[in-house]
Amino acid sequence: MTTVSNPTYRQRVGYQAGLLGGFSLVAAALLVMGDIATRDTIAERNAEDLLASLAQVIPASMHDNDLLANTMKLELAPGPEAADADDAAGPLIVYRALQGLDVKAVAFEVVGQGYSGPIHLLLGVDAGGRVLGARVLAHTETPGLGDKIEVDRDDWILAFDGRSLEDPTAERWAVKKDGGIFDQFSGATITPRAVVKAVKAGLTLFESHQDTLTASAVMVEEVPTD
Amino acid sequence: MSKTDKTNPKTDWGGIAKNGMWDNNVVLAQSLALCPLLAVTGTATNGLGLGLATTFVLVQSGYLVSVLRGIITPQVRIPVFVLIIAALVTLVDLAMNAWMHDLHKVLGLFIPLIVTNCAILGRAESFASRNRVMPAAFDGLMMGLGFTMVLMAVGAIREIIGSGTLFANASMLLGDAMGFLELTLIPDYRGFLLMILPPGGFIALGVLLAGKRLLDRGVAARRLAGPDQASGPEGQGAVA
Repeated sequence: MTTVSNPTYRQRVGYQAGLLGGFSLVAAALLVMGDIATRDTIAERNAEDLLASLAQVIPASMHDNDLLANTMKLELAPGPEAADADDAAGPLIVYRALQGLDVKAVAFEVVGQGYSGPIHLLLGVDAGGRVLGARVLAHTETPGLGDKIEVDRDDWILAFDGRSLEDPTAERWAVKKDGGIFDQFSGATITPRAVVKAVKAGLTLFESHQDTLTASAVMVEEVPTD
Repeated sequence: MSKTDKTNPKTDWGGIAKNGMWDNNVVLAQSLALCPLLAVTGTATNGLGLGLATTFVLVQSGYLVSVLRGIITPQVRIPVFVLIIAALVTLVDLAMNAWMHDLHKVLGLFIPLIVTNCAILGRAESFASRNRVMPAAFDGLMMGLGFTMVLMAVGAIREIIGSGTLFANASMLLGDAMGFLELTLIPDYRGFLLMILPPGGFIALGVLLAGKRLLDRGVAARRLAGPDQASGPEGQGAVA
């Protein structure tokens, strides 16, 4: 029945469908405009975050380049420790710290299997294979127990600074409980064990690709990517 | 009630305010939005940040739904409301990612989860779609402020007992000028982990709920006793 406030055309399916479609179009247009307005700023913020993480593992004094500008992609065969599908797919991005054209240090992500999920670490290694620093990027370990691997909560992660595959020797790259030199946390052994294993794996990876990773940079024309 | 009577042009602003802040409070009365409440109130600042984002969405959605209530039909109203709310929340998420990046990283996926906050769809359906624009926007504002108050209260309780600080990282949300808000109330505090974890959230919420019930009961009891005392020995009948 038609009334002033509810005329019959409103009850037609065509009107309803058109209304829904019209709202969808307007919403989509607004979202596109919002995206365009914020896309560049968001990309800048993400780059800042990445640079801040990299600065923690590669001291600024070691390089004179923009770490985000000199990256290298390493194709890796997914090993037995491939954490999850995300890691198995895609090459590893290695950030190279250059002084002039010489590679002084590299940084890349390693993943360990923690107590409750993967632990993502950023590992900085100098050209000779020594650890410059390791920092946890993301983890889901138990708060109050496993989260001592974060540098803000404990100095534990600094124990890796200066280490290499010779120092300590292979069998001593473990937590004290397993005969190694790294402390474990009382009440949480799996978490530090996973981090030690991941850092050692990262150093091993660096060693097997050392020549490629530390090969001098070549002056190339800036090829716009993306 | 005057605020839903369309033939009566007088809006009960005070009634809307009291309703949103206390009587029909999103958390303490309607028990909605408990998931983000428990997850985000580790610190008072995080609670405040999420509360402000939610208030913004409540006001805007109330305004828009009321403006468009003439053309939205009952048959498709729910999808349209959800579309409006989701578009608003996405824009808020993009804006926070761009201009409040640190707070956005801390609040994480709880900003997009504002879409699932039943309180927003509830107000759109039960108030904004049946009332004029200014009352609808005001109702959204009051509901949002009531929600923000509870978020800050739970956040403050958990933060003080759990970490000994108050408004830690306030400069992330309010800018460096408000850095003075960041207080360390208990120096060298070892921390009380339980309050930072979900059980602490439940406990703090339970205490607040009990407190509200006690207050309401006390006010109601005093109101019952009051007229009897005022009218003296003759006594009146039952109070309405």
